[in-house]
Parts: sequence; C-alpha cells; structure tokens
Amino acid sequence: MGRYILKRLVSAVPVLLGITVIVFAIMAMIPGDPATAILGSYATPENVEKLNRDLGLDKPAVQRYFIWLWNMAQGDFGRSFSLNRPVLDEVLDRFGATLVLAGTAFVLCSVLGVAAGVVSAARQYGLADKAITFAVLLGISIPSFFLGMMMILIFAVELRWFPASGMWPIYGDRTVLVLMKHLAMPALALAVVATGVVARLSRSAMLEVLRQDYIRTARAKGVPERGVIWRHALRAAMVSILPVLGIQAGFVLSGAVYIEMVFQWPGVGRMLVDAILKRDILLVQGGVVLVAACYVMFNIVVDVAQSLLDPRIKT
Amino acid sequence: MSLALRLENLSKTFAVGKRLFGAPKGHVHAVHPVSLEVAQGETLGIVGESGCGKSTLARMLVGLLEPSGGHIEIEGQPLDNADPAVFGKRIQYVFQDPISSLNPRKTIRQIMEAPLKRLHGMGRAEREKRISEIFAQVNLREEFLERYPHEFSGGQAQRIGIARALAAEARILILDEPVSALDVSVQAQVLNLLADLKARLGLTYLFISHDLAVVEAVSDRVAVLYFGSVVEVGRAEEVFAAPRHPYTKLLAESAPVVGRALSAPEGRETELPDPLDPPKGCAFRARCPNAGARCAEEVPRLEGESGQVACFHPLR
Amino acid sequence: MSTLALLARNRLALAGLIVMGLVVVLALLTPVLPLPDPDVTNTGNRFVKPFSEGALLGTDHLGRDQLSRLMWGTRLSLAVGFAAAAIAAVLGAAVGIVAGYYGGRVDNLIMRGVDMLMAFPYILLALAIVAALGPGLLNALIAVAAVNIPFFARNIRGITVGIANKEFVDAARLAGMNDARIILGEVLPNVIPVIVIAMSTTVGWMILETAGLSFLGLGSQPPQADLGSMLGEARAALITSPHTSIVPGAMILVIVMAINLLGDGVRDALDPRLRSGALTRPMAATLVRREGPVPEPVGDDVLSLRDLQTQFHVKQRVYRAVGGVSLGVKPGECLGIIGESGSGKSVTALSVMGLVASPPGVITGGAVHYKGEDLVGAPYGRLRDLRGREVAYIFQDPLATLHPLYKVGDQLVEAIRVHHAISNKEARAKALSLLRDVRIPNPESRLDSFPHELSGGMRQRVGIAMALANDPEVIIADEPTTALDVTVQAQILSLLDTLRREKGLAIVFITHDFGVVAQLCDRVAVMYAGRIVEEGPTRALLEAPAHPYTSRLIACVPELGGGKRALHAIPGLPPAVDDLPPGCAFAPRCDKAQPACREGEIALETHGARKLRCLFPETELEGRA
Repeated sequence: MGRYILKRLVSAVPVLLGITVIVFAIMAMIPGDPATAILGSYATPENVEKLNRDLGLDKPAVQRYFIWLWNMAQGDFGRSFSLNRPVLDEVLDRFGATLVLAGTAFVLCSVLGVAAGVVSAARQYGLADKAITFAVLLGISIPSFFLGMMMILIFAVELRWFPASGMWPIYGDRTVLVLMKHLAMPALALAVVATGVVARLSRSAMLEVLRQDYIRTARAKGVPERGVIWRHALRAAMVSILPVLGIQAGFVLSGAVYIEMVFQWPGVGRMLVDAILKRDILLVQGGVVLVAACYVMFNIVVDVAQSLLDPRIKT
Repeated sequence: MSLALRLENLSKTFAVGKRLFGAPKGHVHAVHPVSLEVAQGETLGIVGESGCGKSTLARMLVGLLEPSGGHIEIEGQPLDNADPAVFGKRIQYVFQDPISSLNPRKTIRQIMEAPLKRLHGMGRAEREKRISEIFAQVNLREEFLERYPHEFSGGQAQRIGIARALAAEARILILDEPVSALDVSVQAQVLNLLADLKARLGLTYLFISHDLAVVEAVSDRVAVLYFGSVVEVGRAEEVFAAPRHPYTKLLAESAPVVGRALSAPEGRETELPDPLDPPKGCAFRARCPNAGARCAEEVPRLEGESGQVACFHPLR
Repeated sequence: MSTLALLARNRLALAGLIVMGLVVVLALLTPVLPLPDPDVTNTGNRFVKPFSEGALLGTDHLGRDQLSRLMWGTRLSLAVGFAAAAIAAVLGAAVGIVAGYYGGRVDNLIMRGVDMLMAFPYILLALAIVAALGPGLLNALIAVAAVNIPFFARNIRGITVGIANKEFVDAARLAGMNDARIILGEVLPNVIPVIVIAMSTTVGWMILETAGLSFLGLGSQPPQADLGSMLGEARAALITSPHTSIVPGAMILVIVMAINLLGDGVRDALDPRLRSGALTRPMAATLVRREGPVPEPVGDDVLSLRDLQTQFHVKQRVYRAVGGVSLGVKPGECLGIIGESGSGKSVTALSVMGLVASPPGVITGGAVHYKGEDLVGAPYGRLRDLRGREVAYIFQDPLATLHPLYKVGDQLVEAIRVHHAISNKEARAKALSLLRDVRIPNPESRLDSFPHELSGGMRQRVGIAMALANDPEVIIADEPTTALDVTVQAQILSLLDTLRREKGLAIVFITHDFGVVAQLCDRVAVMYAGRIVEEGPTRALLEAPAHPYTSRLIACVPELGGGKRALHAIPGLPPAVDDLPPGCAFAPRCDKAQPACREGEIALETHGARKLRCLFPETELEGRA
C-alpha cells in the first residue's frame, strides 16, 4: 500500500507540471501589455518599459515559464499588484476559508447523496424514491447562486435564523458555534447541486449492482435484505460512486466561487474573480495553480481509497 | 492434393503491462511457433480449452492480428502483411457470437453489401443478384434483408454471418466456435449447413471449438492445442479414439459421455501453468502421469508421419 | 417502439418538452413581440413592483422593463447554452472516438491530456480562460465549452473502446473497409445515441454555467443582459427589491428543470437497457400472485414442486416461462432437469426459493413443498431462514456469482453466521474445513483470496463450499459446470458426486448436456417450452426415449467416438413462451405430429417409473397408470 501511495504521488508530478504549463499558456495568450494594465493608461512609455523589465516580461515565453516555475518551487509566487502583498500569503489566507466551506459541503453531499441514492434504489418506484427523485431534479436544476440568494431572503432577512453574510462577525468571539451559524447557509446552498448529482449516480449504481448475480447469491445464502443492500450492494456500488465523489469535489470547489460571492465569504474564489476583473495576472496564476494542486492531491486520496475498496485494482 | 493453407512457425507474443514509453513489464506467448498445413477441401479441427491460444491463432490467419513471427501461405502465395482487406478475398472468418458480429444499426442488406462493394467493387445490380444467390445457398429468405440484426434468433444470425463470409468469395473459412453460442437443436442445423456448403462450393474449413464431439463430427483432421502449442495432430476418428498425447487422452476422458461412469480422470486438482511464468520443458508435464526427466528440460517437438505428436513418451 | 413514442409516453419528459417548446418559441419570437427596448434606462421609474401598469414584471435598478429584459436574456442564455453544449459535444466526441478507436499510444497520449484538463476544478480553467480572453459573453461561451470537452471525450472514449472491440468491427475490416469508413459507418452510428444522451443531460448544466459566469460579471457585459447577469446586477438590491432577483432566477430554474426532464426522457428512450426495463431492482423474493387452489403435499419427497407456474410480465406481454411443472426429489437422490435455453429449467430452479427476479417474474400458481411446508406462500422471513440453511444453490458462472470485493473466507463466514449465532473465529474454522471438503489446495491461504485471484474451477469449488456451509438437505445446482473447461468440469462433477454420497444430499441438477446427466443423475426430467415432456430413470430414458423431442434432441448431439458424420437436426425453432401453440408445444417441429397433437391439453401421464406427455410416443411405455 505504501508503495502504491508513493507511486501515485510520483505520477502526480507530471500532472502538476502540466497544470502549470496550461495555466501559463492560457495566461500568455492575454492580449496587450500587463504593465499597461497595472499602471493604467496614463503611464509613460518609460515607466511601462521599466515595469516590463522588472517583471521579466521582456524575456521569451519559455524562459519566463521556467523562471516562474523555479520561483514557485522556492515558494515565491510573485507579488499581487492590486493587493500589494505576496500572492502566496494572500492565497493561503483565503484558501482556509474556502476549505472550511467546500469541505463541509463535500461531506454533506457525500453522505446525504449516497444515503438518498441507496434509499431511492432500495425503494424503487416507491413513495420515497419518487420524493427523492423529485428533490434531486430540483436540486440539480437550481442555480446555486440563486438558491443562496433565496436562502438569504428567507432565513436571514425574514426569519433571522442565520447571518446573511461573512464568515465571522465583525465584533465578537470566534467560536466554532459562531462559525457554524455563518457556515450553515452557504455550505448547504453549495452542497445542494452536488448532493443531487451524487444521489442520482448512487441510485443508478445501486440499481445496476442489485441486478448482479452475486446479489442473487447473497439472497440465496439467506442474507437479510438490509445486509444485501448496505453490505453487499452498497460496497460494490461504491466502486463506481467513489470516482464521482472525486469529480464532485472539483464541482464543489467550483461552486464555492459563486457561493463566496453571494455570501461574502472571504475565500479564494472571490479573490480570483476580483483578480480577474482587476487583471491581476500573478494572483490569478498563483491562485489557480495552488487550488488545482490541492485538488490533484485530493484525487490521489480518492484513488488510494478506491484501491482499498477494490482488490482488483493492482496496487 | 494442393495446399489451401500453410503456416510456418507462426507465433504471437503479447506485451503485458505496457507503458507510455519504454519496455513493457513482461511477455505472454499466446501462440508458440505453430506449423500446420491444410489441404484444399479439407476440414481441420482445432480443439483446446480456454486460454490455449486457438482464437489468437485464428485471428492471425485472417490478418486481424499481426503475427510476431513466422509465415502464412494461402493457396501457395505468401501473405505477410496484416491487412484484413487483402486477406478478406481469400480467407474469411465466421465469429463465435452471431449477434455481436452484426452491427445492430445496419440492415442485413447493408451488412451483406459491404464485402461485395469494398472487396469486389460490384455495381448495384450485380450486388443484388449475388446476394440473392448467397441467400438461396444458406436457406435464408430475401425478406430478411431489410431487417435489423436484433430481429433474428442466434441460429438465423449465424446463417447471416456465414452468408457474409461467403459474399467475399474466399475459398477458406475460419470458423471460430461457430455453434458454441447456439442451442443443440439449432447447432445441428448450422453444422449440417456448413457441411452442405463445403461440399457444394469446395470450401476449406478451419473449425475451432472447445467441444470435442462437435470437432470430431465435422473434421477430417484434428489439431489439439495446449498452452499455445499444437501437441497432437491426427485423423479425426483416431485422435480421441486412440490418443497419443497424454493431454489428448485427458481431454477425451473428461468429456462427459452417455454410458460412461463418472470418474475424475485426474487424481489431482490441477490447473494451467501461469502464462507470465511458463514452466521449462513441456508445459503439460505438471499434469502428466508419464512425465520424466527429459520433459522438464526440453520442449518436445511435433513429430510423426500419419499423425504427429509432441511428446517424449507418446501413448502409442 | 419508436424513440418519439417512448418519449411521449413519459409524462414528465412530455411536460419538460412542452415547457421547453414554449420557452424556445417565445425566445424566437422576442424580436417581433411588442416589447419595450430592454436596454433603455429610466431612472425615475426604478424598482417598480411586478404587475404594475405598463410593466408586467416591474422594472430593475435602472428602470428598465423586466419582462423585456427577461425575454431577451432568455434568448441569449439559451443560445449560448446550446452553442456551448454543441461545441463541447462535437469536439469531445471527435477526440473520444479517435482515442477509443485507435487505442495504444494515440489513446494514451490523448487521455493523458484529457486527465490533465480534468485535474482542474473546472471553474478554475474557465476563469483562467476568461481571464486571458477578457470578460464577455462569447469568451464565457468558449470557456464553458472548453472545460466540458474533457468530460465528453472521456465518456465517448469509453463507449468507443467497447464498440471498437466488438466482432462486427472485425467483420467490417474483413469486408475490406478502411479505418475512416469503419469509424463513420460502424462506430459512429452506435456512438451517436450516447452523444445525444450526454448532450441532453448536460445542456442544462451548460446553461447554468454560462449564467454563473455572467453572474460573476465575467460573461455578458452591460447593457446587454443574459439571465445570469440580470441576477448578478439584481443582487445588490436583493433585500429591498427581491423581485428583480426572483424573476431571472426562477426563469433559469424553469428552463434548466424542463431541459433536465426532457434530457432524462431522451436518455430513457435511447438507452436500450432502460428501454427494456432491465434497470429495475429485483425484490428480495419473487412476487407471488397465485390463482386457483394451492396443491397439497403428497409423497415422501424432501422437495416437491406441484404444478408450479412462473411467468414474466413485461409490459403487456406474459411469458409463461414455467407452465405447470411437477417434480420431486427424495433425500440422497440426484434429479437432473435438462432442456435448451428458454425451456424454463433455470426459472423452475430459481422459483423454489423465490429467487426469480421480480419484476418481471411472478409465481402465478402451484406450490413448492419443502418437507411438507409450502414455500411459495411462505412469508419472506421464513423463506430467508430456509435459504442456504435447508435449500442451497450453486450457480453457473462462479466469477459473477461471488462478490468481487469480499475475501472468499469472509463470504463463507457470512453464509454460516447468517444462520448460526457463532463467533467469527468458529465460523472461520468451519469455513476452513469447508474448503478442505471441496479439495481446495492450501485452504488456509485461500481463505484470504479474492474471487478474481482464483481460477474458474477453484471459484466453483468455493461456490460449492458456500452451498454446503449450513449442511443443507437440498442443493439446487443451476448449470454449475457450463462455464468451465472440460477437464475442470470432470473434476467438479466427480467432486459433487462424492459429496452427495458422503452427505446424503438431494441434488437438483440443471443442465443442457446429456453426457453430464447420464453420469451424475439418478432420474432426469426433460423440459420443453416451460413444461416437462418426459421424466424417468436416467438410464431407461436415455436408452429408450419415448418423447419425440427427447429422442431427436439426443440424436442431434454428436457423441465423442462417433467419427465424422452428418447430424440429425431438428427443423425450426422452439416456440416463444409468450405465444405458445395449443396442444403439444413441440408439434410444429415434430414429424410424427397428428391433428390431435395440435389441440387441447396433453397430460403428463405416469407409466410406472416414467412419465410422458405425448400422444404418439417413440416407444410404448409399460404400466400406464
């Protein structure tokens, strides 16, 4: 097992390099002059040229890539001109908030989604199945940002159950309970779509598995129905559910961008959108690379879990 | 007697654990160098259990798989390039699963026309005439032409598969387990049709099957395959009735036959050797009651006059 | 049934279709409708409530007419969403087909690239693309299409690999078709349904995505508005004037929901497995709807089937898979049931313990008595209690019938502990002795093996060990050696024979092979079209078959040692069990059939030790009862 983890970690290196290449290549397509964007249109040509030299932009692209890569390897992601602080510091500050939000939503969508899918499949065409199917349809059709806005309107403005925005109150203690109150609505809004997707897939995976011969064998042995569903069928269905959970983690991270905007959550998504609108290239590059790298690592965890689940995968 | 098909040291090796760059992790010898000759108008049966390489051998003979070594000669002419379109006119293939060998989204007419158009460049009228001719030969009604494959039973679909093979006008047919997906009552219909076509059109068959009784019933000669090698070749009525290789004997005794008492022909619970780590010497020696010291050292060669056997201690 | 008809039958999909049709028509008509200019501001008239004079849906923060903006916005959102889906589908499918068809290095390189793109949470890629190209609706469209290409490519590649390995592709090669022709003529027609399914289930998603980018201010730029940017602009006034948010938000919801409903309908209509209703879950026990009287137990058989009828109800059709079967097996006896596929032999066997998949299976009549107790009418709890403990099964394909993710030992332990409250350790010891009983070499280490690590023969031994786990009285073996090679089959058969003599088991052995029956079974029943046509002691029946079907069936199986010969084929095909002829089901294929054979019910009559359902038998049987 240790060897397998090591192998997967080694195989992540080209993927990470590929990510930096893709990000760099996309950013290199930017038309016009970043220096002009930074200095504004009133800058003198001398100033622009000087800044270009300072930023290393007078060098060829390939060379610039390797300089950027080398600097990143040393922990230097450059400096954000719009915030005037190191990119790495800013991204790490923001990423914690995103992890809390996306992590909670991910746990919610995994647990609720799989449970809903299993119940739905076990009661196929029953009342529970129909109710879940309808809820799932609603969940995957509603834009998460619209759902968030409606939740603010109802639960924050009308009922005053939860605070409307932010991660922490401006004044007051920063306790877990306070955090949970702030987290409840955004995490739920973020989890809804993913829960729907996971529930749908879990249902069809379960239905597929329940038709298999080994389920009939379990029944022929006299295994009670509960054991058939949760021990035999779910275990086998997890083999196809787990990779989807990995993909959903990416969707939850993605959806966090909208939710952070709606709920004023101080996460990395909002930072990226601001950075794009301000054309703060280094901040965009650094943020994208770091978040993508985390996602790659998470998917290694998923792969390892998959290999623990399925002995047929060669480790 | 002219030769329809001659194989000389034909072999196939698969790489296992391929990587994007660099050498693969290991090799599996699916078919060890095999030399066989099939006379014009003859039916050669090839029999063996799963994993013995019989399908790999068959796919090489029609160019669907490139051999790793050796030569194929069809009707006296060598064919070394693995191009099914070149092979197609001279040697054709009838598949095991009659339904999945027909494209579910094409009508039978479209399926039948492909070889006529692509291999023979026939015009429309000519194709129509030829298709009616072939359908008459295999006892299929022409109204079937406008239907789709899922509307047919296994037996009918296999007739269509045979009809398609005939359309290429090849004189040699490779029949890869052509009846093993069919029920016994339909199986006999298809086997009789094949015998009838052969007599009328002067075809040569290579009949591959795991069913000893079927192979014996349709073949002139039989080759027994074990672990990628031919271990015995002989006349159909002799091979199982009086086997010379211990493996052939084991096969013959394992086949359930009405009127023979049930007995495990092998005392031990034995298995095929690991293809990734093949044993030295004769591949059968671990299961063989007669194995001696020489069997562990050397690979026996296929030798003999009327019937050939690859064994240092043949049974007769 | 045609795809369209299927779609229309699905009411939800139809509702989606109607809503979607309405929205599309309105979006197309927008330019000619008498609407105010959506971009003309009137700041004096801000935040007018809906249903006001001159502004049905009110006005927004710049006093623009909401209805007009909604219609124009819908038009834009739909166009962009569909365009993105189409671009992603076409490019993704092309990449996927090429990778899947060619395989090898080409596949490897392409899929590495796809994996690389999928290593991004998709919005990061979209954001990066928008960052590079600059905010704007067209750029948002490009970004959304681009990030979805890998999903399509991966999906389509998987399907293509499956199709490229099908035998009909090989056949096309042998018919002289080149790669380009095969891709276009053989592969593509089979992939298109999958592309359509993938597209119809992702269009809604793409519309959400483009709306999302616009919501962030990265898509359509003011004053032009799509639904997402309307929502984005309204967010500032969410609390004071919620209607400006609700109107575009609800519209997105309605559109996406309608598309999803429609997409599900398209998927259900195009997917052949869903079409045949195959994706229904089999229930814990076969459904029982018995009509008519329940037969009483008779005789001293340990297991006895009395006039058992099992049907499959598929849509309007009724398939009489088992049409009244009576059989019995005594302790220590081996009864063979022989027949061709579709004869109902397996369904008969599975009906005993309620293991026929239902839906569509229904037991509609008769009884199964185990030691005098009716199992067909038994409640599920009782049936479950008897399963595996008193009556155990051995199935055909041992790879498919063992759970792939549990160790062999754990599966045996479970079989024991389901019925006996013993410790894990004790159960493990018992499992070990079971593996010894079935002569598995190195049983200690095999306990910790997974099924895929064993050979076919070893797996079937495990299957037999599992059936023996609770010392059952009866074992029902459903073609247990059909998937095995002949040398392994011989080993398994002799093992079964030894075990049954050692343990005094009653065995019901289902097979299609006369040789196997002859070697193993004391008695044999021949089934045709769901009914027993002949039954008797094995030797007597095989030596002098009385039913024409039995004798012709024996004649068309070549026997080893007979040399090259012509076979005596039976003309025609077995009848479909949803459309059985009156009288004898074999009559249409029988050369001895008389008019009397084609009418009325022909009974299974007892002649001493044998039974026969025929008016004109091959040999006259003695001792008619």
